[in-house]
Amino acid sequence: SEMAATQRGSVQTGETRKEVHESCFEFLQIEMLEWISQGGEDEFGELNPVAAQKIEGLGYSVGHRLAERFTKERGRLVEPLEIIKFICKDFWLEICKKQIDNLRTNHRGVYVLHDAKFRWLTKISSTDANRTKQLSAKFLLFPCGLIRGALANLGVNCDVSAEVVTFPTCNFTIKVKN
Amino acid sequence: SAKQMSSQGGAKDLARVGETIFKSVDRFNYELFIMTYGAMVAQLLRDHEDVQEVNTRLEKMGHNIGLRLIEEFLARSNLNRCQEFKDTAEVIAKVGFKMFLGVAAGVTNWDQKKEEYSLILDENPLNDFVELPEGCQHLWFSNILCGVIRGCLEMLQWRVECKFVKDVLKGDETSEIRVKLIEIIPEEIPVGED
Repeated sequence: SEMAATQRGSVQTGETRKEVHESCFEFLQIEMLEWISQGGEDEFGELNPVAAQKIEGLGYSVGHRLAERFTKERGRLVEPLEIIKFICKDFWLEICKKQIDNLRTNHRGVYVLHDAKFRWLTKISSTDANRTKQLSAKFLLFPCGLIRGALANLGVNCDVSAEVVTFPTCNFTIKVKN
Repeated sequence: SAKQMSSQGGAKDLARVGETIFKSVDRFNYELFIMTYGAMVAQLLRDHEDVQEVNTRLEKMGHNIGLRLIEEFLARSNLNRCQEFKDTAEVIAKVGFKMFLGVAAGVTNWDQKKEEYSLILDENPLNDFVELPEGCQHLWFSNILCGVIRGCLEMLQWRVECKFVKDVLKGDETSEIRVKLIEIIPEEIPVGED
């Protein structure tokens, strides 16, 4: 039934699922980046480390809280691979309405999450390919923090980085710390 | 149809417009959005000693957003342009709020000249899971909304002043935004025309 469909993977069980227009988050992200970039950019438009850390840190705190909410009703996940798969499926579904397309691992603590069309990236683009690349790099800081924070909440301590393969395809690399 | 509505635009008709649009747009689970907003406000509070600066910054961000958000609104709503300022009230409350935040607002407290009104938010999604920390009693947590309204109206040639006067986060019964017309912005005539 329709009810069952919306509640599958829903982060709020027993509550009505609240939604907002997608552009609310897009515009907020842009403004947030704009605010942190002010005075935090070098002459090439690259964020300085302090500014970069700030936005990644915001992603971290949000990811941490979100994972808490998402897993409230589930049993505890223990295995790192299980946890990473949760990020690839349920978590990604919640934050950008699709799952990660491909997951690779070297079985030694490195995981690469491949998103063929990262939804958030599709909202930022420019006619200048260089500018798009620049914007993308800045834009990916928040989702990296998001993943890192979510994983931290679930017991996986790691570093997360991202790169655009060809716009808007990107790879998120998770390196688990021991 | 929406275009045939009287300029007074019955609130019920507009509410229906708002609901229809909201169902048709791409929607997002609001948790990511409100938690991001909350994290941003928290960071602003760490960056600024003076809470008023945070209020100002939030309003300014909202203003930037409003200048661009209006395009989505106009594209989706297909409503006739408001001929009089008083017509903006229900459009913002029933269509604007509904299509973006999923919850419509109420309109009340008109002044005599119909140049000032209040938007009543019985429900404000931004407030969910929020507790104002100590020493923040002068913070208008959702002040970004005031900026958004100001930016949107500016693009429609209404210069307004928009501010919170009540907030449930401060213990008030309801949240209330006051919208006041300052002036009508003359449209720019392109160079080369008379």
